[in-house]
Amino acid sequence: MSNRPYVRPMAPSWYMQEGRYVRYMVREVTCLFIALHALVLIVGAFRLSQGPEAFNGYLQALWGPAGILLGLVLLVTTVIHSCTWFNLTPKAMPLWIGDKKAPGWIVVAAHYGGWAVVSLVILVLVGSL
Amino acid sequence: MGERQITLEVMRYRPETDTEPVFQTYAVPCQEEWVVLDALNYVKDNLDRSLSFRWSCHMAVCGSCAMVVNGTPMLSCKAFLRDLPDTIQVEPLRNFPIERDLVVVLDDFMEKLRSVKPYIVPKEAPATPDGTFRQSTKQLKMFKPFAMCINCLACYSVCPQYGLNEGFAGPAALALAHRYNADSRDVGRKAREDVVASNVGIWECTFVGACSEVCPKDVDPAAAIQQTKIASTVDYFTDLILPGRKVKGGPGKAAGGKA
Repeated sequence: MSNRPYVRPMAPSWYMQEGRYVRYMVREVTCLFIALHALVLIVGAFRLSQGPEAFNGYLQALWGPAGILLGLVLLVTTVIHSCTWFNLTPKAMPLWIGDKKAPGWIVVAAHYGGWAVVSLVILVLVGSL
Repeated sequence: MGERQITLEVMRYRPETDTEPVFQTYAVPCQEEWVVLDALNYVKDNLDRSLSFRWSCHMAVCGSCAMVVNGTPMLSCKAFLRDLPDTIQVEPLRNFPIERDLVVVLDDFMEKLRSVKPYIVPKEAPATPDGTFRQSTKQLKMFKPFAMCINCLACYSVCPQYGLNEGFAGPAALALAHRYNADSRDVGRKAREDVVASNVGIWECTFVGACSEVCPKDVDPAAAIQQTKIASTVDYFTDLILPGRKVKGGPGKAAGGKA
Protein backbone atom coordinates (compact mmCIF):
# COMPACT_ATOMS: atom_id res chain seq x y z
CA MET A 1 0.00 0.00 0.00
CA SER A 2 1.22 3.51 -0.76
CA ASN A 3 1.74 5.98 2.05
CA ARG A 4 -1.16 8.12 0.86
CA PRO A 5 -4.07 6.08 -0.49
CA TYR A 6 -6.90 8.39 -1.48
CA VAL A 7 -10.33 7.61 -0.07
CA ARG A 8 -13.11 9.00 -2.25
CA PRO A 9 -15.96 10.18 -0.05
CA MET A 10 -19.43 8.89 -0.77
CA ALA A 11 -21.78 11.72 -1.74
CA PRO A 12 -24.68 12.20 0.72
CA SER A 13 -26.99 12.14 -2.33
CA TRP A 14 -25.61 8.81 -3.58
CA TYR A 15 -29.12 7.39 -3.90
CA MET A 16 -30.01 10.01 -6.51
CA GLN A 17 -26.99 9.40 -8.70
CA GLU A 18 -27.95 6.18 -10.48
CA GLY A 19 -31.24 4.79 -11.69
CA ARG A 20 -30.70 1.52 -9.81
CA TYR A 21 -30.32 3.38 -6.53
CA VAL A 22 -33.40 5.51 -7.19
CA ARG A 23 -35.43 2.35 -7.90
CA TYR A 24 -34.13 0.82 -4.67
CA MET A 25 -35.06 3.91 -2.66
CA VAL A 26 -38.55 3.99 -4.20
CA ARG A 27 -39.03 0.36 -3.14
CA GLU A 28 -37.84 1.15 0.38
CA VAL A 29 -39.55 4.51 0.87
CA THR A 30 -42.95 3.16 -0.23
CA CYS A 31 -42.94 1.03 2.94
CA LEU A 32 -43.82 4.25 4.80
CA PHE A 33 -47.01 4.45 2.76
CA ILE A 34 -47.79 0.84 3.67
CA ALA A 35 -47.55 1.91 7.31
CA LEU A 36 -49.78 4.91 6.58
CA HIS A 37 -52.28 2.62 4.86
CA ALA A 38 -52.34 0.37 7.93
CA LEU A 39 -52.82 3.45 10.13
CA VAL A 40 -55.84 4.56 8.06
CA LEU A 41 -57.40 1.11 8.52
CA ILE A 42 -56.64 1.10 12.27
CA VAL A 43 -58.29 4.52 12.60
CA GLY A 44 -61.30 3.06 10.75
CA ALA A 45 -61.52 0.17 13.21
CA PHE A 46 -61.23 2.60 16.11
CA ARG A 47 -63.98 4.84 14.71
CA LEU A 48 -66.16 1.76 14.18
CA SER A 49 -65.78 0.93 17.86
CA GLN A 50 -67.15 4.38 18.67
CA GLY A 51 -70.45 3.73 16.94
CA PRO A 52 -72.22 4.24 13.59
CA GLU A 53 -72.00 8.03 13.66
CA ALA A 54 -68.26 8.06 14.17
CA PHE A 55 -67.75 5.42 11.48
CA ASN A 56 -69.92 7.31 8.98
CA GLY A 57 -67.80 10.39 9.62
CA TYR A 58 -64.69 8.33 8.88
CA LEU A 59 -66.24 7.06 5.63
CA GLN A 60 -67.27 10.57 4.62
CA ALA A 61 -63.72 11.79 5.19
CA LEU A 62 -62.40 8.98 2.98
CA TRP A 63 -64.84 9.96 0.21
CA GLY A 64 -63.91 13.65 0.39
CA PRO A 65 -61.38 15.13 -2.07
CA ALA A 66 -58.45 14.75 0.35
CA GLY A 67 -59.52 11.20 1.21
CA ILE A 68 -59.72 10.20 -2.46
CA LEU A 69 -56.32 11.75 -3.16
CA LEU A 70 -54.86 9.90 -0.17
CA GLY A 71 -56.47 6.67 -1.36
CA LEU A 72 -54.97 7.05 -4.83
CA VAL A 73 -51.50 7.77 -3.43
CA LEU A 74 -51.77 4.77 -1.11
CA LEU A 75 -52.97 2.53 -3.93
CA VAL A 76 -50.11 3.49 -6.25
CA THR A 77 -47.41 3.23 -3.58
CA THR A 78 -48.78 -0.06 -2.24
CA VAL A 79 -48.78 -1.55 -5.73
CA ILE A 80 -45.21 -0.32 -6.35
CA HIS A 81 -44.01 -1.70 -3.02
CA SER A 82 -45.73 -5.05 -3.43
CA CYS A 83 -44.73 -5.59 -7.06
CA THR A 84 -41.08 -4.65 -6.56
CA TRP A 85 -40.82 -7.13 -3.68
CA PHE A 86 -42.74 -9.86 -5.51
CA ASN A 87 -40.35 -9.50 -8.43
CA LEU A 88 -37.38 -10.10 -6.13
CA THR A 89 -38.74 -13.26 -4.52
CA PRO A 90 -37.00 -15.76 -6.85
CA LYS A 91 -33.65 -14.55 -5.52
CA ALA A 92 -34.58 -15.32 -1.92
CA MET A 93 -36.68 -18.41 -2.60
CA PRO A 94 -35.34 -20.42 -5.53
CA LEU A 95 -37.68 -23.25 -6.48
CA TRP A 96 -36.20 -26.64 -7.32
CA ILE A 97 -38.20 -29.16 -9.29
CA GLY A 98 -36.24 -32.40 -9.17
CA ASP A 99 -32.69 -31.66 -10.31
CA LYS A 100 -33.64 -28.45 -12.06
CA LYS A 101 -34.04 -24.94 -10.80
CA ALA A 102 -37.43 -23.68 -11.91
CA PRO A 103 -37.62 -20.38 -13.81
CA GLY A 104 -37.99 -17.39 -11.50
CA TRP A 105 -41.29 -16.32 -13.05
CA ILE A 106 -43.02 -19.31 -11.45
CA VAL A 107 -42.15 -18.03 -7.96
CA VAL A 108 -43.22 -14.50 -8.92
CA ALA A 109 -46.48 -15.76 -10.46
CA ALA A 110 -47.23 -17.78 -7.31
CA HIS A 111 -47.02 -14.57 -5.29
CA TYR A 112 -49.32 -12.68 -7.64
CA GLY A 113 -51.68 -15.68 -7.60
CA GLY A 114 -51.68 -15.72 -3.79
CA TRP A 115 -52.35 -11.98 -3.78
CA ALA A 116 -55.32 -12.46 -6.13
CA VAL A 117 -56.75 -15.31 -4.05
CA VAL A 118 -56.45 -13.37 -0.76
CA SER A 119 -58.03 -10.29 -2.39
CA LEU A 120 -60.88 -12.42 -3.73
CA VAL A 121 -61.53 -14.03 -0.33
CA ILE A 122 -61.59 -10.60 1.35
CA LEU A 123 -63.97 -9.20 -1.27
CA VAL A 124 -66.29 -12.19 -0.77
CA LEU A 125 -66.09 -11.82 3.02
CA VAL A 126 -67.02 -8.14 2.94
CA GLY A 127 -69.83 -8.88 0.51
CA SER A 128 -68.55 -6.88 -2.46
CA LEU A 129 -68.78 -9.96 -4.71
CA MET B 1 -10.97 -3.36 -39.57
CA GLY B 2 -11.48 0.43 -39.46
CA GLU B 3 -9.72 2.78 -37.07
CA ARG B 4 -11.74 4.91 -34.71
CA GLN B 5 -10.63 7.85 -32.63
CA ILE B 6 -11.83 7.84 -29.06
CA THR B 7 -11.28 10.18 -26.15
CA LEU B 8 -10.26 8.38 -23.03
CA GLU B 9 -10.76 10.33 -19.79
CA VAL B 10 -8.80 8.50 -17.14
CA MET B 11 -8.87 9.28 -13.45
CA ARG B 12 -5.31 9.83 -12.26
CA TYR B 13 -4.02 9.86 -8.74
CA ARG B 14 -0.29 10.12 -8.14
CA PRO B 15 0.15 10.13 -4.36
CA GLU B 16 3.54 11.86 -4.57
CA THR B 17 2.12 14.93 -6.35
CA ASP B 18 -1.71 14.89 -6.37
CA THR B 19 -3.82 15.96 -3.41
CA GLU B 20 -6.88 14.41 -5.02
CA PRO B 21 -7.71 12.48 -8.21
CA VAL B 22 -7.97 14.38 -11.48
CA PHE B 23 -9.08 13.31 -14.93
CA GLN B 24 -6.52 13.20 -17.72
CA THR B 25 -7.61 13.02 -21.35
CA TYR B 26 -5.97 10.91 -24.04
CA ALA B 27 -6.81 10.70 -27.73
CA VAL B 28 -6.58 7.05 -28.68
CA PRO B 29 -6.77 5.59 -32.21
CA CYS B 30 -8.62 2.28 -31.76
CA GLN B 31 -9.43 -0.80 -33.72
CA GLU B 32 -13.05 -1.88 -33.92
CA GLU B 33 -12.50 -5.07 -31.93
CA TRP B 34 -10.67 -3.38 -29.04
CA VAL B 35 -11.81 -3.35 -25.46
CA VAL B 36 -11.19 -0.58 -22.92
CA LEU B 37 -8.16 -2.48 -21.62
CA ASP B 38 -6.61 -2.36 -25.11
CA ALA B 39 -7.10 1.41 -25.19
CA LEU B 40 -5.44 1.73 -21.76
CA ASN B 41 -2.54 -0.41 -22.94
CA TYR B 42 -2.21 1.82 -26.00
CA VAL B 43 -1.90 4.82 -23.68
CA LYS B 44 0.63 2.99 -21.52
CA ASP B 45 2.71 1.86 -24.52
CA ASN B 46 2.54 5.01 -26.64
CA LEU B 47 1.34 8.07 -24.76
CA ASP B 48 1.99 7.92 -21.03
CA ARG B 49 4.07 5.25 -19.38
CA SER B 50 3.23 6.54 -15.92
CA LEU B 51 -0.40 5.36 -16.11
CA SER B 52 -1.02 2.54 -13.63
CA PHE B 53 -3.70 -0.14 -13.83
CA ARG B 54 -4.02 -3.83 -13.06
CA TRP B 55 -4.60 -6.53 -15.62
CA SER B 56 -3.50 -10.04 -16.32
CA CYS B 57 -5.45 -12.51 -18.44
CA HIS B 58 -7.33 -10.28 -20.92
CA MET B 59 -10.07 -12.92 -21.10
CA ALA B 60 -12.48 -12.20 -18.21
CA VAL B 61 -11.04 -14.91 -16.00
CA CYS B 62 -8.56 -13.33 -13.60
CA GLY B 63 -10.74 -10.46 -12.34
CA SER B 64 -7.80 -8.03 -12.13
CA CYS B 65 -8.92 -5.36 -14.58
CA ALA B 66 -12.29 -4.32 -13.12
CA MET B 67 -12.79 -0.56 -13.20
CA VAL B 68 -15.60 1.92 -13.54
CA VAL B 69 -16.31 2.63 -17.21
CA ASN B 70 -18.77 5.45 -17.90
CA GLY B 71 -20.16 5.10 -14.39
CA THR B 72 -20.56 1.32 -14.28
CA PRO B 73 -18.03 -1.12 -12.85
CA MET B 74 -17.00 -3.77 -15.35
CA LEU B 75 -14.07 -5.84 -16.51
CA SER B 76 -12.16 -3.55 -18.85
CA CYS B 77 -11.14 -6.61 -20.89
CA LYS B 78 -14.81 -7.33 -21.56
CA ALA B 79 -15.88 -3.73 -22.24
CA PHE B 80 -15.92 -3.54 -26.04
CA LEU B 81 -15.38 -0.10 -27.51
CA ARG B 82 -18.00 -0.81 -30.18
CA ASP B 83 -20.59 -0.77 -27.37
CA LEU B 84 -19.36 2.54 -25.95
CA PRO B 85 -19.54 6.17 -27.09
CA ASP B 86 -16.56 8.09 -28.48
CA THR B 87 -15.78 9.60 -25.09
CA ILE B 88 -15.09 7.03 -22.40
CA GLN B 89 -14.51 7.88 -18.78
CA VAL B 90 -12.52 5.39 -16.74
CA GLU B 91 -12.25 5.47 -12.94
CA PRO B 92 -10.90 3.07 -10.34
CA LEU B 93 -13.44 0.90 -8.50
CA ARG B 94 -15.48 2.97 -6.08
CA ASN B 95 -15.64 2.30 -2.34
CA PHE B 96 -11.95 1.34 -2.21
CA PRO B 97 -9.00 3.59 -1.37
CA ILE B 98 -7.05 4.52 -4.49
CA GLU B 99 -3.47 3.32 -4.42
CA ARG B 100 -2.48 5.00 -7.68
CA ASP B 101 -4.45 5.91 -10.82
CA LEU B 102 -6.76 2.95 -11.50
CA VAL B 103 -5.21 0.70 -8.87
CA VAL B 104 -7.17 0.31 -5.64
CA VAL B 105 -6.18 -1.05 -2.23
CA LEU B 106 -7.63 -4.55 -1.78
CA ASP B 107 -6.44 -5.30 1.77
CA ASP B 108 -9.89 -4.84 3.31
CA PHE B 109 -11.53 -7.28 0.94
CA MET B 110 -8.76 -9.86 1.36
CA GLU B 111 -9.24 -9.75 5.11
CA LYS B 112 -13.01 -10.12 4.81
CA LEU B 113 -12.70 -12.94 2.32
CA ARG B 114 -10.41 -14.79 4.73
CA SER B 115 -12.88 -14.24 7.57
CA VAL B 116 -15.68 -16.25 5.89
CA LYS B 117 -13.50 -19.35 5.45
CA PRO B 118 -13.84 -19.58 1.65
CA TYR B 119 -12.86 -23.21 1.37
CA ILE B 120 -14.45 -26.61 1.95
CA VAL B 121 -14.45 -27.65 5.59
CA PRO B 122 -14.83 -31.43 5.19
CA LYS B 123 -16.51 -33.60 7.77
CA GLU B 124 -14.75 -36.76 6.79
CA ALA B 125 -12.33 -38.19 4.26
CA PRO B 126 -13.72 -38.86 0.77
CA ALA B 127 -15.68 -42.09 0.59
CA THR B 128 -14.48 -43.17 -2.83
CA PRO B 129 -11.22 -45.12 -3.39
CA ASP B 130 -9.80 -42.43 -5.68
CA GLY B 131 -10.12 -39.82 -2.96
CA THR B 132 -12.99 -37.85 -4.44
CA PHE B 133 -16.40 -36.98 -3.05
CA ARG B 134 -19.54 -38.11 -4.81
CA GLN B 135 -22.02 -35.39 -5.66
CA SER B 136 -25.34 -35.52 -7.43
CA THR B 137 -26.21 -33.19 -10.29
CA LYS B 138 -28.51 -31.23 -8.01
CA GLN B 139 -25.87 -30.96 -5.27
CA LEU B 140 -23.50 -29.49 -7.85
CA LYS B 141 -26.09 -27.08 -9.20
CA MET B 142 -26.85 -25.83 -5.69
CA PHE B 143 -23.49 -24.10 -5.37
CA LYS B 144 -21.99 -23.87 -8.86
CA PRO B 145 -23.42 -20.47 -9.86
CA PHE B 146 -21.91 -18.96 -6.72
CA ALA B 147 -18.54 -20.59 -7.45
CA MET B 148 -18.07 -18.49 -10.58
CA CYS B 149 -16.83 -15.45 -8.64
CA ILE B 150 -13.44 -14.18 -9.83
CA ASN B 151 -13.05 -11.59 -7.06
CA CYS B 152 -13.11 -8.69 -9.53
CA LEU B 153 -14.96 -6.62 -6.87
CA ALA B 154 -17.29 -4.86 -9.29
CA CYS B 155 -20.02 -5.76 -6.77
CA TYR B 156 -18.28 -3.84 -3.96
CA SER B 157 -17.96 -0.82 -6.22
CA VAL B 158 -21.75 -0.49 -6.59
CA CYS B 159 -22.75 -1.62 -3.10
CA PRO B 160 -23.83 1.46 -1.10
CA GLN B 161 -23.86 -0.57 2.10
CA TYR B 162 -20.17 -1.34 1.67
CA GLY B 163 -19.51 2.31 0.93
CA LEU B 164 -21.44 3.48 3.98
CA ASN B 165 -20.35 0.80 6.45
CA GLU B 166 -16.76 -0.23 6.10
CA GLY B 167 -17.26 -3.18 8.42
CA PHE B 168 -19.70 -4.87 6.03
CA ALA B 169 -18.25 -8.12 4.68
CA GLY B 170 -19.73 -7.29 1.28
CA PRO B 171 -21.30 -9.15 -1.64
CA ALA B 172 -18.46 -11.32 -2.97
CA ALA B 173 -17.28 -12.57 0.44
CA LEU B 174 -20.86 -13.43 1.48
CA ALA B 175 -21.62 -15.06 -1.88
CA LEU B 176 -18.54 -17.22 -1.47
CA ALA B 177 -19.57 -18.11 2.08
CA HIS B 178 -22.92 -19.23 0.65
CA ARG B 179 -21.14 -21.14 -2.11
CA TYR B 180 -19.36 -23.28 0.50
CA ASN B 181 -22.38 -23.51 2.83
CA ALA B 182 -24.39 -24.86 -0.10
CA ASP B 183 -21.78 -27.49 -0.96
CA SER B 184 -22.76 -31.01 0.13
CA ARG B 185 -19.11 -31.77 1.02
CA ASP B 186 -18.87 -28.88 3.45
CA VAL B 187 -19.73 -28.72 7.15
CA GLY B 188 -18.32 -25.26 7.86
CA ARG B 189 -21.58 -23.31 8.03
CA LYS B 190 -21.54 -23.07 11.81
CA ALA B 191 -17.96 -21.82 11.80
CA ARG B 192 -18.79 -19.19 9.18
CA GLU B 193 -21.82 -17.85 11.00
CA ASP B 194 -19.72 -15.84 13.46
CA VAL B 195 -19.08 -13.46 10.58
CA VAL B 196 -21.79 -14.29 8.05
CA ALA B 197 -24.74 -13.98 10.46
CA SER B 198 -23.31 -11.08 12.42
CA ASN B 199 -24.01 -7.36 12.14
CA VAL B 200 -21.23 -7.05 9.55
CA GLY B 201 -22.60 -9.94 7.52
CA ILE B 202 -25.88 -10.69 5.79
CA TRP B 203 -27.99 -8.47 8.02
CA GLU B 204 -26.12 -5.38 6.87
CA CYS B 205 -27.33 -6.04 3.32
CA THR B 206 -30.52 -4.15 2.43
CA PHE B 207 -31.00 -5.92 -0.90
CA VAL B 208 -30.15 -3.03 -3.19
CA GLY B 209 -29.36 -5.74 -5.75
CA ALA B 210 -26.83 -3.66 -7.70
CA CYS B 211 -24.13 -6.28 -7.03
CA SER B 212 -26.00 -8.86 -9.10
CA GLU B 213 -26.71 -6.37 -11.88
CA VAL B 214 -23.03 -5.62 -12.51
CA CYS B 215 -21.48 -9.04 -11.85
CA PRO B 216 -19.61 -10.02 -15.03
CA LYS B 217 -19.88 -13.72 -14.17
CA ASP B 218 -23.62 -13.74 -13.26
CA VAL B 219 -22.87 -14.88 -9.72
CA ASP B 220 -25.91 -13.13 -8.18
CA PRO B 221 -24.50 -12.22 -4.74
CA ALA B 222 -27.84 -10.62 -3.78
CA ALA B 223 -29.55 -14.01 -4.14
CA ALA B 224 -26.81 -15.71 -2.12
CA ILE B 225 -27.21 -13.21 0.72
CA GLN B 226 -31.02 -13.40 0.82
CA GLN B 227 -30.91 -17.21 0.84
CA THR B 228 -28.39 -17.10 3.68
CA LYS B 229 -30.70 -14.73 5.59
CA ILE B 230 -33.53 -17.24 5.31
CA ALA B 231 -31.33 -20.18 6.37
CA SER B 232 -30.00 -18.17 9.30
CA THR B 233 -33.49 -17.13 10.39
CA VAL B 234 -34.74 -20.71 10.21
CA ASP B 235 -31.72 -21.75 12.31
CA TYR B 236 -32.53 -19.10 14.91
CA PHE B 237 -36.16 -20.10 15.35
CA THR B 238 -35.38 -23.82 15.22
CA ASP B 239 -32.95 -23.25 18.07
CA LEU B 240 -35.65 -21.49 20.05
CA ILE B 241 -37.98 -24.45 19.60
CA LEU B 242 -35.35 -27.18 19.89
CA PRO B 243 -32.57 -25.85 22.14
CA GLY B 244 -29.38 -27.89 22.14
CA ARG B 245 -30.13 -29.65 18.85
CA LYS B 246 -27.22 -31.06 16.89
CA VAL B 247 -26.29 -28.98 13.85
CA LYS B 248 -24.38 -29.95 10.76
CA GLY B 249 -20.86 -28.72 11.18
CA GLY B 250 -20.45 -28.51 14.90
CA PRO B 251 -21.63 -29.47 18.33
CA GLY B 252 -24.15 -27.47 20.31
CA LYS B 253 -26.28 -24.56 19.28
CA ALA B 254 -26.38 -23.06 15.83
CA ALA B 255 -25.48 -19.40 15.85
CA GLY B 256 -27.95 -18.51 13.13
CA GLY B 257 -29.78 -15.22 13.28
CA LYS B 258 -27.33 -13.54 15.62
CA ALA B 259 -27.92 -10.05 14.36
